[in-house]
Amino acid sequence: MTSQRVGYAILIVLALVAPAFAYPVFLMKALCFALFACAFNLLLGYVGLMSFGHAMFFGMAGYFYGHVVKAWNMPPEIGLLAGVAGAAVLGLVTGALAIRRQGIYFAMITLAFAQMVYFFCVQAPFTGGEDGLQGIPRKPLFGVIPTKDDLVLYYVVLAIFLFGYAAIYRFIYSPFGQVLKAIRDNEQRALSLGYEADRYKLLAFVLSAALAGLAGATKAMVQQFATLTDVAASTSGEVVLMALVGGLGTIIGPVVGAFIIVTMQNYLAGFGQFVLVIQGAIFVVIVLAFRKGVVGEVMDWWKRRRSPST
Amino acid sequence: MADTLLKVTGLQAWYGESHILHGVDFEIGRGELVTLLGRNGAGKTTTLKSIMGIVGKRTGSITFEGEETVGQPSDKIARRGIAYCPEERGIFSSLNVDENLGLPPIVKPGGLSVEEIYKLFPNLLERRRSQGTKLSGGEQQMLAIGRILRTGADLLLLDEPTEGLAPVIVQRIGEIIRQLKARGFTILLVEQNFHFAATIADRHYVMEDGRVVDAIAAADVQQSIGKLQTYLGV
Amino acid sequence: MFELLGIPPQALFGQLLLGLINGAFYAMLSLGLAVIFGMLNVINFTHGAQYMMGAFAAWLLLGYLDVPFWASLVLAPLIVGLIGIVIEKLLLKRIYHLDHLYGFLLTFGMALVIEGLFQLQWGSSGAPYPNPIPGGYNLGFMFLPAYRGFVVIAALVICLATWYGIERTKLGAYLRAATENPTLVRAFGINVPRLITLTYGLGVALAALAGVLAAPIQQVSALMGTNLVLVVFAVVVIGGMGSIMGSIVTGFGLGVIEGLTKVFYPPASNTVIFVVMAIVLLVKPAGLFGQTK
Repeated sequence: MTSQRVGYAILIVLALVAPAFAYPVFLMKALCFALFACAFNLLLGYVGLMSFGHAMFFGMAGYFYGHVVKAWNMPPEIGLLAGVAGAAVLGLVTGALAIRRQGIYFAMITLAFAQMVYFFCVQAPFTGGEDGLQGIPRKPLFGVIPTKDDLVLYYVVLAIFLFGYAAIYRFIYSPFGQVLKAIRDNEQRALSLGYEADRYKLLAFVLSAALAGLAGATKAMVQQFATLTDVAASTSGEVVLMALVGGLGTIIGPVVGAFIIVTMQNYLAGFGQFVLVIQGAIFVVIVLAFRKGVVGEVMDWWKRRRSPST
Repeated sequence: MADTLLKVTGLQAWYGESHILHGVDFEIGRGELVTLLGRNGAGKTTTLKSIMGIVGKRTGSITFEGEETVGQPSDKIARRGIAYCPEERGIFSSLNVDENLGLPPIVKPGGLSVEEIYKLFPNLLERRRSQGTKLSGGEQQMLAIGRILRTGADLLLLDEPTEGLAPVIVQRIGEIIRQLKARGFTILLVEQNFHFAATIADRHYVMEDGRVVDAIAAADVQQSIGKLQTYLGV
Repeated sequence: MFELLGIPPQALFGQLLLGLINGAFYAMLSLGLAVIFGMLNVINFTHGAQYMMGAFAAWLLLGYLDVPFWASLVLAPLIVGLIGIVIEKLLLKRIYHLDHLYGFLLTFGMALVIEGLFQLQWGSSGAPYPNPIPGGYNLGFMFLPAYRGFVVIAALVICLATWYGIERTKLGAYLRAATENPTLVRAFGINVPRLITLTYGLGVALAALAGVLAAPIQQVSALMGTNLVLVVFAVVVIGGMGSIMGSIVTGFGLGVIEGLTKVFYPPASNTVIFVVMAIVLLVKPAGLFGQTK
């Protein structure tokens, strides 16, 4: 436990000094995706439900944020709240339907709902269709914090990320999280113990959607636009990839995965479709050979090193 | 035994982590009808599954007609001439009676024709278009046995064919097994019902805790009845 | 001319025909998806990419080797089916023992690779494929383009042939039995791994065949299957994967519903299938023809 604390302390220090070594905008984008991936992993890693439609919460929250801040001329904190609330409501509706099936059907259903949301966004007037919502102004947060400055905004985003991460951490280690794990491992037994499994699953789904919404709204605040890409199936796939690369079922894994994938996209941005090919190839390789992901493999290696061939 | 058909030596088998068979040894001559007796959990079904090649992991030796089968996939083993009738009968619900009967491929000449099988089990003929799992328990058992007679396999592995059936049907199945023996099939029968087994078998092997612990010829059953009762806990 | 509910019959029947054509593709693709899932326990996310490969195979055969449409109808599915068999042998067979989700992720990754490579090579704008049966018939209430009529009939024939093959032949009996209990089927002496490979090849070939049929109607493009496969997932959820006839009926039915939506309320035509899915989940979560699994 102490080594974990030390690890977190080092990471936080690194995060605080990171803008000295990397572009704040890049770091902010990575943090948004990291939070998004953590929210996704909350469902897959701890409830055993794989949503293949999480982009609907991420992308829609971006639109909500943009609309509230730009069209309604509200401050960013209201925009973030609107993004979170909108994603949570969307999560409540789609989640209530999706949890009626399990396993692979759950993945297909969430994917289908996300596609429905995507088509809705293509046509709905407030999303700007193919152009998206452009030029969302960066207004001062709480009326005082100057978010126009990238460096200031970076610390705001870092605070948002840490808030989301802590929420997930608290959730997983709460009694509620323990019940969820029991449901994941043996739903029949959890049911026979009197837990209403569906209620627990739905609540986890709504929480995951809300946090994905927080990530999406924050991204819209950073990038000052919201586009169809963020609600598209490819984004739903990307977040799965991030969690998978980092390591499913580890709380820090999705963060690592998000940084790896965002960095890769950054370097490959000039190669167009090659990004897709490489992402696809990573999927294949991870599923076939490294199902534990980076964090899982490192942890295994660490354990092996500490107990040398007993 | 002049002509050994199946010889099992030092057979060990596992399901995942659990070690079920700890060194099983026995053999069966061509044309014999042999039973494996023993309490629940002694490893009888696992022995049949190991012969068929459908357990998680097995070591030791199982030779059929002198050839080693450990290490071979189950379809290859079946094609050598071993046919399996599982305990849960394994009737396919999406196949009708005819299709269930025709499913196992013919592996050798000398099996029964479909007409002969229906003559053996006239009830099945009447219901040949019915869905397999809509049959009664007894009919399903007959279908499960009938199904493997077509293939021409020399060795039939029957796992508890009388389980849960009415006495009349048990009797009928006993007659059929005797007829099959008379036709030259070699049969390895797993039975809980010792009184049923005693009426038809040439020899009995007794299993306990994943090993064969005793062998009793049919002629010696009367003298060994006390011993058997201890083994089987009846 | 008469009018129905204020809609001119040409528009109504035109959209109905379009709906039937889309439904034909839904039926063919969901059929293949269901058969593959039954045997492999894998939801084949690559299905849309393989549909696209079928169309491309026909387009390339025509462009480079002058192979006519009718020959491509056989050749393209064969080629794509063989590629499917290689994929099964090299990749898919390694993950059967894992949770279904891994098959989903693996085939999703393959779809990304395939579609990405086709985009790199041929761009994403698409190329036309010449109509093999130009002309059409004036039916009085509408004009029926000959090729479109052919597609509906061909798809019906293919679907019914698939149904017959699975429900009424020996090979089909093997398939059904192995879907229920592969271990026992193998213990009867049937080479189940080969049966699985063959099933994947056939399912993929069916997707490719749909792609060839689609080539003269749509543009042949790298992304033509990307959105389609997502709709087909919804179709599969609505129908349930238990029944072959169920897949066919659901596929055609949803195509028609989509077509009618285009007539009466166009903005919802993209989403109507997903709305149907939501309703089915509320009313009969296992799907119209499915058993809970």
